[in-house]
Amino acid sequence: MKRTLSVLVENRPGVLTRVAGLFSRRGYNIDSLAVGRTENPTISRMTIVVDGDEQIIEQVCKQLNKLIDVIKLSDITDDPHVGRELMLIKVNADPAVRGEIMQIVDIFRARIVDIARNSLIIEATGDADKIDALENSLRPFGIREVVRTGKIAMLRGAKTKGMEASGDGTGD
Amino acid sequence: MGQETKVRTGARAVMEVLQAEGVELVFGYPGGAVLPLYHELAQTSIHHILVRQEQNAVHAASGYARTSGRTGVCFATSGPGATNLVTGIATAYMDSVPVVIFTGQVPTSMVGSDAFQETDITGITIPITKHNYLVKDVEELPRIVKEAFYIASTGRPGPVLVDIPKDVALAPCQAPIPEKVELRGYKPTYHGHPGQLRALARLLKESRRPLLFAGGGVIASGAEGYLQELAEKIQAPVATSLTGLGAFPEDTPLSLGMVGLHGKPCANHAVMECDLLVGLGVRFDDRVTGAIEKFAPRARIAHVDIDPAEIGKNVRVDLPLVGDISCVLKELLALVEPAEHPEWLERIKILRNNYPLTYGRGGEVRPQWVIERLGEMTRGRAIIATDVGQHQMWAALFYGYTEPRTFISSCGLGTMGYGLPAAIGAALARPDRQVWLITGDGSLQMSMAELGTAIEQGISLKVLLFNNQSLAMVRQLQHFYYEGRYTAIKFTGNPDFVRLAECYGATGLRIAKQEEVVPALARAMQEDGITLIECLISEEEMVYPMVLNGAALNEMLLPE
Ligand SMILES: Cc1ncc(C[n+]2csc(CCOP(=O)(O)OP(=O)(O)O)c2C)c(N)n1
Ligand SMILES: [Mg+2]
Repeated sequence: MKRTLSVLVENRPGVLTRVAGLFSRRGYNIDSLAVGRTENPTISRMTIVVDGDEQIIEQVCKQLNKLIDVIKLSDITDDPHVGRELMLIKVNADPAVRGEIMQIVDIFRARIVDIARNSLIIEATGDADKIDALENSLRPFGIREVVRTGKIAMLRGAKTKGMEASGDGTGD
Repeated sequence: MGQETKVRTGARAVMEVLQAEGVELVFGYPGGAVLPLYHELAQTSIHHILVRQEQNAVHAASGYARTSGRTGVCFATSGPGATNLVTGIATAYMDSVPVVIFTGQVPTSMVGSDAFQETDITGITIPITKHNYLVKDVEELPRIVKEAFYIASTGRPGPVLVDIPKDVALAPCQAPIPEKVELRGYKPTYHGHPGQLRALARLLKESRRPLLFAGGGVIASGAEGYLQELAEKIQAPVATSLTGLGAFPEDTPLSLGMVGLHGKPCANHAVMECDLLVGLGVRFDDRVTGAIEKFAPRARIAHVDIDPAEIGKNVRVDLPLVGDISCVLKELLALVEPAEHPEWLERIKILRNNYPLTYGRGGEVRPQWVIERLGEMTRGRAIIATDVGQHQMWAALFYGYTEPRTFISSCGLGTMGYGLPAAIGAALARPDRQVWLITGDGSLQMSMAELGTAIEQGISLKVLLFNNQSLAMVRQLQHFYYEGRYTAIKFTGNPDFVRLAECYGATGLRIAKQEEVVPALARAMQEDGITLIECLISEEEMVYPMVLNGAALNEMLLPE
């Protein structure tokens, strides 16, 4: 079972180490982890996709909440949210197949951001399914390199998972 | 924040916070990077205890903290000083002991350069501290030190480390000591959820065979009075974990003693037969549960703890209740009606009679018997520090604790060498009480250099050393699990411990015969200063009861 956790943390050095260390130390499986500053410069948000059964997810959340630098944690998997990932992908593209590749890029509403003699870099955003599908479609041409950011997510509608939403550190 | 603060060095600001926190003692060991702190410490009335190895500074601070209920404080230098702390910190962390540790660090400009005596001690101690800090800006120092004490001593207590680069300690600091701690990511839950409290009261009412299971959390939150009140009000027997010894007086009829792999037979049977088990400030450690799938098979389990992450971690829990044990028990007492469980208590009486705690075979002087005599002669009122090994289990089983904060032992990590420094900390915390260290020849040799510290501090301390010339607890494991192929457990070069004591200026006594036991204990009780009693015992002694791997708690091996 994959769960998406949205975690507000203090924007301080060492916080990422504490979080990542917790996952490896306790043997939890991290699928992806994306981190960046929020609208409040003293706070960062981590979007963590974690894999495990119910008991493991509960422990992950409780252990994360124990970290002093974790301000608020929400499991947003079941809330309507927009989830996005950014991928850069470098594919083999000699002139003979470029047209075909560009068609695929169009279908996925991705973009070509760099052209070399025999390769292209394509930029795509979307949920994990779309990104995976694009990668699969490009595979026959020969993929040289893939870089993915991991998922970031935001609740739909006016609701937020910011500090003002609840204000305590115990998650919900 | 408006008021003006005079400029002083970072190190001086640290001392101001220590004084504001009421710190009286600091355990430590100096070195280059931490000298700015020592320079200022010397200007205060805070007493410094110079140990012989940094690990023991943390152990001593931990013994002090556990005995007094206050926060222990340590100083150490960077590099090797800091790494020597690690076992001490991990020991305190596993037993949730409030300790604040200050380490010196190389100057900020050199951090990360593999400078002389540089180690990343904050990186190293992330998994074994409740929180830690590397201070980069001197203006943050007063806030950080204040936070460190707050975090260490509130919620589920634990060690907090503050790493201070030398230049930061020497830099001018203007920031005042904040009056309050504001941590948006740290808000422990003290009061029980009203719905869950009512649910627990209902479970207690429905139960015909309730069992209260008290752990270190009861002692940490000072809940022993409420626990006693509850047990008597609903006539429920009380068992404890190793860390929970002393949370409930063992000389009362409702007390069952310790549960676990070496638990008392009656307590272990009660766990297996109860229909409601209420865990209070316990972790359900694997040394308590035995085979987890066979644990408390007939019971619904309620678990009260201040740390939500402990609830549901090891055992299935029917009723979780997050909160401070004192708050929760007080709130619960208002909800429960007096009750009686005559059949259950009758059953407990039968268990107690059918399964008494016995010794099995052994040599001339029986360590279990010695500890029973000690319990009688001190009326269960001494502070007992222990090391780790067979002697620790005998100390847990045969002494008979009657008060909280009197059993001081490394329970969660099982750290040999903990005993002597912890006993020193305990003796400094409670000069009015008799302090005994119960130790083994293996454990004592891990920290016996601290005899020098004990002598220097002029404390009164009695050491009861069970010398079997071996690591007999390991021998016991090899007996049961490794076909009796005894390997690496025999000491042939032990010192003459009586003369060792004497060469430190302590009193040394030796017990080799049963009739020498009581006179030696009596003499030690009268002596001031340090008295070491070496008690010669057989390496073939076994700790019973013993629950073998994979067995349930009631499938104990008992002596023939
Ligand atoms: C630091 C450390 N190293 C190793 C162990 C493993 N161990 C557990 S008990 C024990 C033997 C302890 O010997 P001693 O102190 O003489 O006690 P005895 O069992 O003989 O009473 C050992 C080696 C430990 N608990 N701690
Ligand atoms: Mg021994």
